[in-house]
Amino acid sequence: MKVHNNRAWLLVLPVLVLVAVSAIIPLMTVVNYSVQDSFGNNEFFWVGTEWFQEILASERFHNALQRTLLFSALILAIEIPLGISIALAMPRKGFGVSICLVLMALPLLIPWNVVGTIWQVFGRVDIGLLGYGLANLGVDYNYTQDTMDAWITLIVMDVWHWTSLVVLLCYSGLVAIPEVYYQAARIDGASRWAIFRYIQLPKMKRVLLIAVLLRFMDSFMIYTEPFVVTGGGPGNATTFLSIDLVQMAVGQFDLGPAAAMSLIYFLIILLLCWIFYTVMTSTTEQDATAAGERRHE
Amino acid sequence: MLELRNVARKVGDEIYVDDISLTLERGELNILLGPTLSGKTSLMRLMAGLDKPDSGEINFDARSVVGIPVQKRNVAMVYQEFINYPTLTVYDNIASPLTVIGQPAKVVERRVHEVADLLQLKELLKRTPATLSGGQQQRVALARALAKRADLVLLDEPLANLDFKLREELRAELPGLFAEMGCVFVYATSEPSEALILGGNTACLHQGSLVEFGATLQTYRQPALLQAACTFSDPPLNTINLQCSDGRFKLAESGASIPLSASARKDGSYTLGIRPHHLTLQAEQDSDIQLKGRVSVTELSGSESFVHFQFNTSAWVALLHGIREFDEAEDVDFYVSQENAMLFDSQNRLVLAHAGAGD
Amino acid sequence: MAGIELAGIAHRYHGNDAYSVNPLNQHWQDGGAYALLGPSGCGKTTLLNIISGLLSPTGGKVLFDGQDMTGLRTEQRNIAQVFQFPVVYDTLSVAENLAFPLRNRGLEKLEVSARVKEVLTLLGMTGRGQQQASSLNADDKQKISLGRGLVRTDVNAILFDEPLTVIDPHLKWQLRTELKKIHRQFGHTMIYVTHDQTEALTFADQVVVMYEGSVVQIGTPQQLFDKPQHTFVGSFIGSPGMNIIRCGVDGSDAIIEGNRIPLHQSVTATGDGLELGIRPEHIQLSGSEGVSVEVTVVEDVGKHIVVRTRLAEQEIDVIVREGTAIPERVFLKFDAAKLNLYQDSFLLDSDP
Repeated sequence: MKVHNNRAWLLVLPVLVLVAVSAIIPLMTVVNYSVQDSFGNNEFFWVGTEWFQEILASERFHNALQRTLLFSALILAIEIPLGISIALAMPRKGFGVSICLVLMALPLLIPWNVVGTIWQVFGRVDIGLLGYGLANLGVDYNYTQDTMDAWITLIVMDVWHWTSLVVLLCYSGLVAIPEVYYQAARIDGASRWAIFRYIQLPKMKRVLLIAVLLRFMDSFMIYTEPFVVTGGGPGNATTFLSIDLVQMAVGQFDLGPAAAMSLIYFLIILLLCWIFYTVMTSTTEQDATAAGERRHE
Repeated sequence: MLELRNVARKVGDEIYVDDISLTLERGELNILLGPTLSGKTSLMRLMAGLDKPDSGEINFDARSVVGIPVQKRNVAMVYQEFINYPTLTVYDNIASPLTVIGQPAKVVERRVHEVADLLQLKELLKRTPATLSGGQQQRVALARALAKRADLVLLDEPLANLDFKLREELRAELPGLFAEMGCVFVYATSEPSEALILGGNTACLHQGSLVEFGATLQTYRQPALLQAACTFSDPPLNTINLQCSDGRFKLAESGASIPLSASARKDGSYTLGIRPHHLTLQAEQDSDIQLKGRVSVTELSGSESFVHFQFNTSAWVALLHGIREFDEAEDVDFYVSQENAMLFDSQNRLVLAHAGAGD
Repeated sequence: MAGIELAGIAHRYHGNDAYSVNPLNQHWQDGGAYALLGPSGCGKTTLLNIISGLLSPTGGKVLFDGQDMTGLRTEQRNIAQVFQFPVVYDTLSVAENLAFPLRNRGLEKLEVSARVKEVLTLLGMTGRGQQQASSLNADDKQKISLGRGLVRTDVNAILFDEPLTVIDPHLKWQLRTELKKIHRQFGHTMIYVTHDQTEALTFADQVVVMYEGSVVQIGTPQQLFDKPQHTFVGSFIGSPGMNIIRCGVDGSDAIIEGNRIPLHQSVTATGDGLELGIRPEHIQLSGSEGVSVEVTVVEDVGKHIVVRTRLAEQEIDVIVREGTAIPERVFLKFDAAKLNLYQDSFLLDSDP
């Protein structure tokens, strides 16, 4: 005998409507654009997969994709180890905890465009503290002209802005480890490295997965900061996929190719996230199924 | 009255509760006995309405309660961990289930004092749980469950996290409490000795199924099934395989004769089960059965000795009164009376009817 | 292996005025099996952590074989400790878990695998070495924690902090005897912390009873059972514990509520605060002779029957054998040789 209560569906309805309006309908519009061409006046005609083929073959897209991938890889390679190290160095108890947590949370509270503006000014050779200081030290630094300098500026800025998020996530994982694990490790004569490798890292795995996914998605989709600081320059040196996309859609009003590119962009992110997730959970899953999720009893 | 009919629950491929039927009366204490993972907690969650059974019926006072969420049932639960509201005083903790349902202040006060009296918490009503000892905290949790006057009170190993001596104290008090309340009590434990002290009825669980249910002492003394005898024994039940041919019992392994006077003498394989405290060093009657063992280790505990020995290839233990020490590998003869030798047939059912014990 | 000496060890937790371990001198012999027994909060775990170095004492010294260890870190003390809750390294296999303490100390590969194999056999887990440790159930995880304590042959001592708490009753029996056998076989110095008297008495050669931060009595299980030095020890050990009955003394008789009980030896005790201690096991029920009492509850606990009786306002528990018939009018006979006399909770020594 099973009792079904159909009223439950009514409760889900508002969310369903919201998701439909905010996500599904716009997405379908983009799909619609991506297979058509327009000459203004709301005249559209079917072009099939032409835009997709064109974009996938274009050098402009390849370059932007490569730049974005490189940027994300650098961001992950710097922020994840740095975040873990800072989390490990943070105090576990005492008044230092709240001070550290507030300091860590500060950069996260600043809006994207403000961060961009801060660094844009900060790095200027004429009035910026950083740019001016470096110039006076005899370092040839100019992010508006030198590709390397522009990249360094953007990466340092992102690290400054977002490493805290990784720190906070890792820290929450660390404080959840019971004291007895550390005691047992001391009894077993484990080195600092062994403790990290066999206790802290395994116990942080779940939060690290979240950190990696969040930072990857965010850095792969970065737009505001480079737009404010470098505007995609010098030349096309910092023109990431997102900037390229906006230039195409808004600047050149090529709706069809832009829509096709959006979809490709979306699928790439989905694919990469899936790969990260599968790789990082492959071992955890083994444990979970074997141990049996029989938590209650 | 709580009635479970063919209740089952599976999660994935794992069977948590396997086709259990059970009827529990009001005003009685019902114990769920079994080791970890035997299904005690899963069964309680079904009774409480925290989980839904995959199949089967659960009726309370002849009304089906399947599908009724736990908030709408009058159920109280006490867990192994001492769960109290840390910021509330003991009084407010006990009063919380009553104030939630909007009982008038007078009623709340009367009931809180009633249960506080019962559980000796009178002096502690103004304190917060953090300032109490573990035993007192668990008393508060119990008081909260009782103050609610629930129809069904579920206690999930409530004493497991307490000190040995505190456990003893609370165990002695609990049966008195249960008698006074007219609700269905269910008490889960993994310790046979706890079940014996509490009395009432005991349901032996094993791997999600109900092995046996009956009055506690009766189940202990005359378990109908071998599995119930094993579950309900601390120290563990001693067992060995027997073979019966031509009306004579022999050890399946060595062929040595075991002169059982049991009247059931069908040929076939049997299991002999003997509780450790039924083994003695001297024969008390001529009919006692002699068992030759080789001691592996002796443990002494003040007034009793636990002698671990090899009986053929089985590891057995004898619980002897007084201090008896033996050397390692010493050969010792143990005796058991005919009445205390439990014989189970090949279907693991108790074969009663000893020659002396009367049919 | 080493003898352990505690010289004036004392400990106060930060911000606390009261000692959690009062100043204490102890010498524990090399190769002995000791149990620290007491209720929670008596300081037994604190003391254990001071010995292993997980906690540094506020005063006093810890010596292993005469060598001062107080300033040394846990890793340098070369001890093994098993905790209440199982600790396993999730990403490692069972065998790697057991090898962990050996690898950390840089042992040869061959030696490591030989030791691991031995311990696996000891734990009854032969052939399960390759299993992922995180996939084990709580019982097996605790076995692995135990195994990591046993895998090193050269440890000064093995410390156990209520190691059987999470273990099912049936396995408890098995593991406890296993420990006892291991102690016989290898002769490690072992210290076992527990609140469970059966565990303490069956495991240890010497039991150290602690109460409110102090050691109240050290002795063999037999001594603690027969001659508790303090009424706390008497009632803490035994189930039910020793009956402590207020009494007076007149010559060689104790007087309980007007009943004369002959004592084994005459004691010269006068004044207040006298109590008679007798174990429930050492009282016999009788239908005609002895002290007349009123039966309040009869508890059949399977292996024996506990008869709870009352004499005036005082409660006296009696243990009788399974199947004993309880007479209608109950009298109690005390075993004179097993009577202990206490004044102000301390045992009066009748035969020094």
